[in-house]
Amino acid sequence: MSATTAPTGTTRGIPARQLLRGAILIAILLLALLPLLNHLPADSAFRVSDFTVAVTGKWICYAVLALAIDLAWGYAGILSLGHGAFFALGGYAMGMHLMRLIGPRGVYGHPVLPDFMVFLGYRELPWYWLGFDHFPYAILMAMLVPGLLAFVVGYLSFRSRITGVYFSIITQAMTYALMLAFFRNDMGFGGNNGFTDFKELLGVPLNTQAARAGLFYAALALLAGSLVLCRHLVGTKLGRVLVAVRDAESRVRFLGYSVTAFKLTVFVLSAVLAGLAGALYVPLVGIINPGEFAPGNSIEAVIWVAVGGRGTLIGALLGAFSVNALKTWLTSVAPDLWLFVLGGLFVAVTVFLPRGLIGLFRRATK
Amino acid sequence: MSKPGLYMDGVSVVFDGFRALNNLSLIVDPGELRAIIGPNGAGKTTMMDVITGKTRPTAGTVRFGDADLTRMDEARIANLGIGRKFQKPTVFDALTVFENLELALKAPRDPWSCLRWALGGESRKRIETVMEEIGLSARAGDPAAILSHGQRQWLEIGMLLMQDPDLLLVDEPVAGMTDQETEHTAALLRRIAGQRSVVVVEHDLEFVRALNSKVTVLHEGTMLSEGSIDTVQNDPRVIEVYLGR
Amino acid sequence: MTRILPLLLVLLFALPAAAQDAFLDALPGLAGGFGTQAEAVERLGAGGDPRALPVLRALSESTLRKNGSTIILPDGKDAATGQPTDTAAAETIRINNRVRSALRGALGRLQLVSASADERLAAADSVFRSRSADNIAPLEAAIAREAVPLVKERQQLALAASRLVAADAAVKRQGIATLGEASSEDARALLLEARAANPDLTADIDKAVAAIDSRLAFKRAAETLFQGLSLGSVLLLAALGLAITFGVMGVINMAHGEFVMLGAYTTFVVQEACRGIPWLLPWSLPLSVPAAFLVAGLAGAALERGLIRHLYGRPLETLLMTFGVGMILQQAVRLAFGAQNREVLSPAWMQGILSLPGGINITQNRLWVIVFSLLVLGLTLAAIRLTRFGLEMRAVVQNRRTAATMGIRTGRVDALTFAFGSGLAGMAGVALSQIDNVSPNLGTGYIIDSFMVVVFGGVGSLIGTLVGAMGLGVLNKVIEPWAGAVLAKVAVLVIIMLFIQRRPRGLFALKGRAAEA
Repeated sequence: MSATTAPTGTTRGIPARQLLRGAILIAILLLALLPLLNHLPADSAFRVSDFTVAVTGKWICYAVLALAIDLAWGYAGILSLGHGAFFALGGYAMGMHLMRLIGPRGVYGHPVLPDFMVFLGYRELPWYWLGFDHFPYAILMAMLVPGLLAFVVGYLSFRSRITGVYFSIITQAMTYALMLAFFRNDMGFGGNNGFTDFKELLGVPLNTQAARAGLFYAALALLAGSLVLCRHLVGTKLGRVLVAVRDAESRVRFLGYSVTAFKLTVFVLSAVLAGLAGALYVPLVGIINPGEFAPGNSIEAVIWVAVGGRGTLIGALLGAFSVNALKTWLTSVAPDLWLFVLGGLFVAVTVFLPRGLIGLFRRATK
Repeated sequence: MSKPGLYMDGVSVVFDGFRALNNLSLIVDPGELRAIIGPNGAGKTTMMDVITGKTRPTAGTVRFGDADLTRMDEARIANLGIGRKFQKPTVFDALTVFENLELALKAPRDPWSCLRWALGGESRKRIETVMEEIGLSARAGDPAAILSHGQRQWLEIGMLLMQDPDLLLVDEPVAGMTDQETEHTAALLRRIAGQRSVVVVEHDLEFVRALNSKVTVLHEGTMLSEGSIDTVQNDPRVIEVYLGR
Repeated sequence: MTRILPLLLVLLFALPAAAQDAFLDALPGLAGGFGTQAEAVERLGAGGDPRALPVLRALSESTLRKNGSTIILPDGKDAATGQPTDTAAAETIRINNRVRSALRGALGRLQLVSASADERLAAADSVFRSRSADNIAPLEAAIAREAVPLVKERQQLALAASRLVAADAAVKRQGIATLGEASSEDARALLLEARAANPDLTADIDKAVAAIDSRLAFKRAAETLFQGLSLGSVLLLAALGLAITFGVMGVINMAHGEFVMLGAYTTFVVQEACRGIPWLLPWSLPLSVPAAFLVAGLAGAALERGLIRHLYGRPLETLLMTFGVGMILQQAVRLAFGAQNREVLSPAWMQGILSLPGGINITQNRLWVIVFSLLVLGLTLAAIRLTRFGLEMRAVVQNRRTAATMGIRTGRVDALTFAFGSGLAGMAGVALSQIDNVSPNLGTGYIIDSFMVVVFGGVGSLIGTLVGAMGLGVLNKVIEPWAGAVLAKVAVLVIIMLFIQRRPRGLFALKGRAAEA
């Protein structure tokens, strides 16, 4: 189905690849410098603003999400239009932790209950909020909840051979349903407003330079870790089976591989990565609300991968950074234009540039 | 250890009232080479689908040794030792010739084992032997996408050899092959039968004759005639529905 | 007017002459003390004379005056003679609570014979609630005169309620039996109240309550069914186009919702254009149907020829590309028409509520949408089964190459088919403009549901789409009462996912070789 357009995900070395790998390494090192430059005096030419650090940190989280989508789509051919849901669930898990840490500093000053619960007349914490005052538990949930959801949806879908666009639609319906559910006040997740007004994380007040730098490095470490993990994964026989599944699913079955198990493995792993990205994203931007579940968000993340070039890990990163940079710039210069440009990107990439920027780069260096 | 044989009894497949298979019975002994011929729509492909688990029969028994194939999915059936070659060669375009064969190599098939898989010296040798046999040694590092049609056919046969199945189902293996390639293929199939059962579906009667095996003629989803190529060619019923036309 | 005239005639003949004397006899009593007043009010009410109504109403509003024993209406006329009278020394008649409570019953009884059907209806309802055995006689008289069926029905209920508090057990039983034939919550509450007061009648009352309950359950079921069919018809409209473009052609068009939105905005534009021509305005909605079909159809043809055909065989890319197109369309409409909702009016002939027997109420515009959706389905089926275009379309879908060798221009058929499906979306937009807000993101809310309908019903089957849409619509409304609208939606999505486990190809699936292609 996509065999003709899909680039290989295998380990053949070509010079262009070495070049790219070097460029990525340099880019990551440069990124690592950003929070340090934030410490320079305000009149220095090299000083980086708080805003830049925060925005770049946000992009790094997006890059991890893009990596997660690429792993499932680019390598195993599973196009999920609901990855925003895994990202948001991870974000909500971290958001619950941050809400618990506010403690009596809320507007109502209740020692345990977050403001919105006091407002809605809760007497005590709902059972599913217990444990979220512990950081490790919150991180565990940020991986476990998206992973479990991916497992259930994936198992039901892959088992009954729901593939291609059908699976895409199902995952889109999944995130849509979650969005509707999280908008409800009686779900106990703050309804419309979600969570905000966070105070601290791991004892560090969030509105400080130190916290921003810490979160930035955490995100960067997550990105680097995910990249190494994915890199390793696609280099193993598991990765080659995934590529085989993408190109000729039924042939893989007749070779004796359980396609369901392989798809499920990569889909759950991808969801967990997305959840972790969401968990780091929330303290960086300081808010999480049901809008994160909007189907549009998930599909926008898919287009980052398409723009960069799916089926290559570097492409996913390139796409996430370049599209988001364009978005940040354009929404400040000409906000009305952005949706036209984004829509145009969808059209242009699919019709004219199926291998994305990486494909363009490869053609140029050949 | 005795190898299992294939046993089909009273198998019917009904699609919306259309009987693709009608009370079909077929026994293939261990190590036997069997050719299956029949006009279009006789149910040859459906029969293969039933054996490999792609289609569930509406009625009937399908056994391979002691295993009940009607209750298993494709992957489990493949792991029992039943390999299938499709009419249209399907190999993994994005993977190299070597990698294609590596995936087919008999080894644990679960995701975890695949993650920890390391190619041993013996396995590498086996892959190289098969590459030799199918004449693709020089192209080990090339992606399958750039192979010619014939080479893809061979690569797929190579993958089946790697699987080392006890029963091999081959659907029109020589379609689009040159005479020389056809001859080569017939020789190869004759050679690998004996160690395993091989069922070949083919239109090309010259090729079937070259296989020198027992022939089953299918017609409208049921068995019409069975015997040597000369026997079936002289069977008046066969002449009427197939050869006489 | 034509309805009231015969009624007046009936009134004239039915009123006995003695009653008019009773009116004149009782009238002066209103000028007396509170005890006399109350008695006079009772007599006036019992008499059922139409002239008593304005008098008592004025009394209850403290605008009735007296001059000695002459009772003067607010317009300065003598209540007894109807002639203007001297109002110089007139004083307002004051009343106390006892009189006031007598007034309530009397007014209700008098209104029973009012010339206005609405007033009689209201009177029947108020008598129903006031529950007094004294009302039995006036109600019986009113029922005998009543010509409007709806009013008569309510009066009979009120009569039954009044009988319930009568002294005679036989009369009570009669009342219980009549109430048992009603289908309202009020009647049920009334019976339950009477049950405590009448231990001897428990068996009768229980039987009547059970009868009401079963009728209420039926009414609820019928209304749920209607709401479900109404939602289903909306889904059907939105999904029909998809059933063509996705189900038949296999093209996944995420901009489908935006084509629906274009149809709704076309309706708005046609309406605005018709504003200048007053006689045309009520017909702007029917005019919008072909206009929306054309606008969305042309947009679809342009999309197919310009972009989609380059991506045939690559469904995932098509999905992403069309999503982008949808985004552009939305933003373009937002800039052109503004982000706020646009109002599309319903013509008068579509408004109002239809009351069916058994107390089932149906809003007319929803009924129209159901009718419209079935009409569109019928037209679609006819277009596919009966026309040359439909034949060519089916030929291209089944075997493109063979169709091409037979001289069918497959590219043209693709474009037309896609335009047809998109045009159907535009027509859906016309219907949606009647029941939803016309805003740039109108289509977003329907696209996922529509895909669910197509998948649920079985890809490639229009009848499946019909059953799928109606089934999901009803399912949604059945779940809603005990789960709420949002959770009902979530539940339906989960149910569909589980359903697909059992039947991955939907309700009306193609089987066998045709399904493999």
